[in-house]
Amino acid sequence: MQPNIPTPAAQYGASARRWNWRRALSSTGSTGDAVFRVILFLCAMLILLIVVSMVTMMAANAMPSIRRFGFGFLTGRDWNPVADSFGALPFIYGTIVSSIIALIIAVPLSLGVAVFLVEQAPRRIARPIAFLVELLAAIPSVVYGLWGIFVLAPFLRVYVEPPLQKWFGWLPLFQGRITGIGLLTGGVILAIMVTPIITAVVRDVLAAVPVSQREAALALGATKWETTRVVLANAASGIAGAIVLGLGRAIGETMAVTMVIGNVPQISASLFEPSYTIASVLASNFSEATDELYLSALIQIGLILFLVTFMVNGVAKLLVWSVTRGTSGTARAT
Amino acid sequence: MSTTTPASVPKPRVGDARAGEHQSENVKQPAASEVQAKISVRNLDFFYGRAQALYNLSLDIPERVVMAFIGPSGCGKSTFLRTLNRMNDTIPGTRAVGQVEIDGRDIYAPGTDVVELRRKVGMVFQKSNPFPKSIFDNVAYGLRINRMTTSKGELQEKVEQALTDAALWPEVKDRLKTSALGLSGGQQQRLCIARALAVQPEVVLMDEPASALDPMATQKIEELIVELKQQYTIVIVTHNMQQAARVSDQTAFFWLGKLIEINSTEKVFTNPDEKLTEDYITGRFG
Amino acid sequence: MSEVSVSGKNFRRVVNTLMTSLTAACAFFVVATLVIILGYIAIRGVTSISWQFLIDTPKPVGEGGGIGNAIVGSFIMMLLSSVVGLPLGIAVGVYLAEFGDGWMGNIVRFVTDTLTGVPSIIVGIFIYTLIVLPMGRASALAGGIALALIMIPIVARTTEEMIRLVPTSLREGALALGAPQWRVTLGVVLPAASSGIATGAMLAIARISGETAPLLFTALGSRFYNYYLDKPMSSLTVQIYNYAIGPYDVEHKMAWAATLVLMALILAINIAVRFFTRQKV
Repeated sequence: MQPNIPTPAAQYGASARRWNWRRALSSTGSTGDAVFRVILFLCAMLILLIVVSMVTMMAANAMPSIRRFGFGFLTGRDWNPVADSFGALPFIYGTIVSSIIALIIAVPLSLGVAVFLVEQAPRRIARPIAFLVELLAAIPSVVYGLWGIFVLAPFLRVYVEPPLQKWFGWLPLFQGRITGIGLLTGGVILAIMVTPIITAVVRDVLAAVPVSQREAALALGATKWETTRVVLANAASGIAGAIVLGLGRAIGETMAVTMVIGNVPQISASLFEPSYTIASVLASNFSEATDELYLSALIQIGLILFLVTFMVNGVAKLLVWSVTRGTSGTARAT
Repeated sequence: MSTTTPASVPKPRVGDARAGEHQSENVKQPAASEVQAKISVRNLDFFYGRAQALYNLSLDIPERVVMAFIGPSGCGKSTFLRTLNRMNDTIPGTRAVGQVEIDGRDIYAPGTDVVELRRKVGMVFQKSNPFPKSIFDNVAYGLRINRMTTSKGELQEKVEQALTDAALWPEVKDRLKTSALGLSGGQQQRLCIARALAVQPEVVLMDEPASALDPMATQKIEELIVELKQQYTIVIVTHNMQQAARVSDQTAFFWLGKLIEINSTEKVFTNPDEKLTEDYITGRFG
Repeated sequence: MSEVSVSGKNFRRVVNTLMTSLTAACAFFVVATLVIILGYIAIRGVTSISWQFLIDTPKPVGEGGGIGNAIVGSFIMMLLSSVVGLPLGIAVGVYLAEFGDGWMGNIVRFVTDTLTGVPSIIVGIFIYTLIVLPMGRASALAGGIALALIMIPIVARTTEEMIRLVPTSLREGALALGAPQWRVTLGVVLPAASSGIATGAMLAIARISGETAPLLFTALGSRFYNYYLDKPMSSLTVQIYNYAIGPYDVEHKMAWAATLVLMALILAINIAVRFFTRQKV
């Protein structure tokens, strides 16, 4: 194929006379380039189309439920498909509480691992450990669920929940029946799952803090830990982003939670009680929802989950960018 | 905790750690060594992995003088400066062999408190590196971590003193709570000097402190250095020979990791002992 | 004069040691968790697996059964999603790298990034409303496309990053010879970035091989060998889920055995990618 490059004279001559579609589309004015660019552009537009149609398709299918329940859907506590009564509050509650438990465990753990990998461990130790932590993120959700049912839940039931009840039983959080299946187990499994995700982002963010900040602190007689605190302060907004990203993942995580949280639509103060999350109600009920209103209610829940995670992830991305993309909260040299 | 342990390397003990009694070296020592030197270096070799960066350095730095290190880039002058507060410990794979004594104590001896050493030997870097905090908090940082004040009033007093010493107080006294990143380049560098001075160091190391600044700001820093010599021992690395001539009392010339000559600044710039030094200061190579 | 900060110095040292050990303990704890999880899968999986298990189809409880059809189903749907997702993902990545510096590029990049974080169950619901409802039944096609939707943003972003790593000089060299941009991109830049893109693609495939939620009500599952894209199809992950939540111990054993197969695939890809990229660096 001949490269189609017009001579400058022909090019300018053409554009002087009339609007040239090739030049409008591509700086080189070649037909091939114009076609190439249009094809790529359409592929990129497909991504936007997918997201837009996700919202519209789900909104359209959720319409019967939205019309019927309005905002009451979010505050209704009763979920009874037989009686056509749908309130999503128990699922929202379960999602929030299990995510909070996950973050309470995962955030300090991830910060510890990331600080160890970036600030303390020699490279020959840090690299393999970083790889192993990444592997944790590669384990599928359903595998975590399997492990959760048969290993984690019995472990918590025998070794963790009884002592918690013994010492902190005066708190409503730790009262009630101990089964090993419930909010706490869901939160713990989520914590294990989001830890590698938060760790990875915090690692990047810490690594982006200039060496000069560490040197400044060390030269003033700061200890290694005091220096690390300076680095953490520098990376604060990025760390916040990492945490929000972990939150987004925890909210949307489906299979593992579905398998260990017990799947009972109730709001209970006890962390030992079975519960439901938005994602798990979808996973376990969607295929049996034959009634139109039931299906519509489930899709409405899905729509809420989609919008929430989309926003949470957007916020996280912006926060992380603020640190890792050049100009940031970190000190600029001179 | 550092990842390298240069201190564990056996070092040749030379002399009795007293300046003036050292063995004869092929490098000439300054005449001013009747009193014990503040910093005394003997037979220092330094390695980045297998590559040797410094060869058998020995020199004395007396108290309350400004010592300038000059030499072409890559000659090891910055590396050497960073051995004086063990800042090189932070770079993996580095190793120092030899003796560096400050006030008669070998800072590479096992059991040395590196944190305390770095408090005592302050450092100002080539590029200013203020923390992304307020001006006040920047200066107060070292005071706080080292617990050097007992009351809020004392903290404020010491911050003001440090800023005054760094000739920055008049410019920032009304905006202490604003971000340090809003200051100009020269102000930021003086803030870093103030931050270093606040923890009452005895020695201040300066690694090309004015190289990123405009002439006006450079002049301010230079005046400040001359002023600070009343209280502190100052070691300054510079690639600017006029600057060395203007601010320093003694000058050491480095070339390819070796100390070629150390003498009074006047002598180095008017009548150096070594041909190599003369070639360098007259710009005949580099 | 040098002993300014004697008070509190021991405290600082203790805090330093404490926090340093604490971070090391965090790392140890996380790695130990990984080892425990993989250990359980290895031990429980190995004791339950057999050759017959790998080729059998599910049978009524007590009569044995296996995951042969699930392995085939997973493979078919991964292939389908790769055929759809890889070219699209790479195309979007090329767009972002070559033309993505304007506001349009930023929007596409942002949406792509955020799509990566959308829960996979949502993708399942979307495909259900888009394909399953109109078709009137679950199908391998729906499952494969759901997986493709998860692949596209991952592949797009790694492709963009890899292309941006290609030195400008290479591109300029080709352009200076008078080649049009599309030939430079396809003939010079993409090949230069190909190993990085392949790495990203492998990781994306590893990721979708473990996806369950988007298949639950798109491909649904099947008890038989099925090779038709318009019919429900079994997959390893859905099979694991069904076995795991089943009431019988025999089923649980089969879940562990199937998990061993799945994890062997995922670990193999991850370690291969690791080995491959390390050799390059």
